Amino acid sequence: MSHQTTAAVNQAHEHHDPVANKIGMWLFLFTEVLLFGALFITYAVYLTLHNWDFMAGSRELDRLMGAGNTVILLTSSLSMALAIGALERGKKALSLVMLGLTLLFSFGFLLIKSVEWSHKFHHGIWPGAEHLAAMNQGQQVFFGLYFTMTGLHALHVIIGALAIIFAAVMIIRGKVHAGRIDLLENTGLYWHLVDLVWIFLFPLFYLIG
Amino acid sequence: MSDQNNHHIVPYSIYFNVWLALLALTVVTVAVSYVDMRNVAILTAVLIATVKCTLVLLYFMHIRFSKLLYTVMILSVLGTYAIFLGLTFADYGYR
Repeated sequence: MSHQTTAAVNQAHEHHDPVANKIGMWLFLFTEVLLFGALFITYAVYLTLHNWDFMAGSRELDRLMGAGNTVILLTSSLSMALAIGALERGKKALSLVMLGLTLLFSFGFLLIKSVEWSHKFHHGIWPGAEHLAAMNQGQQVFFGLYFTMTGLHALHVIIGALAIIFAAVMIIRGKVHAGRIDLLENTGLYWHLVDLVWIFLFPLFYLIG
Repeated sequence: MSDQNNHHIVPYSIYFNVWLALLALTVVTVAVSYVDMRNVAILTAVLIATVKCTLVLLYFMHIRFSKLLYTVMILSVLGTYAIFLGLTFADYGYR
């Protein structure tokens, strides 16, 4: 390697700025807060306008599966935090095990979510269904918001799972380690946001009946 | 080895305790929902959810151990959101 190439490589390392990376991830999370936040405001308005229909719609949802998914995501946040803690302590293998657990939890969440949705489809309730169109306007709005918000959230779970896989690969390859951990920390921040959104989704959709 | 964003490495036990608190609050949320008081139940659910979010933010997302800057940013965003929510209901609440 020439002297010039080595200097260029060193310069690339000098540009790694973990504080900027962390602030950048937080700024992105704020856009996510406003994205889901806007949908929650929509929900709040229609909850006020169609109070009875929303409660009736809520009773159609399976509380046990919703609560189960809540426990799954909360525990996945724990395993994610433990994964970061392990890598901070230089425990690469433990960190990867914790990330693997987090990934398994995400699959469990998506599995339950798909079971829930297929139940609804089986009963003739899906976006644009005739059976749904025959219901009260309030209930139509409720289920429209249900599919939109849980669907958008599930998309974020999938993206989060992919990010976790990417972080795990980076750790295996030695690119992410105790001295350069911000990629894993920021992946964790994203994952916790996914958990935060569900913390609000669960009671508002499943528990108001 | 600690990263430059934290003063120290957070003990594992804190994460476990926060997780237990979150599970307990979830149980409370579900239990309260069976008390048939409609809008009070919704308000309580949202309040408990807010507490859960605060715990996740403070401990899992490390705000408790980070610079004040992050707290200020988060509160600013939440304040902005509260304005959106408030103005929306200032309209819809009186239609």
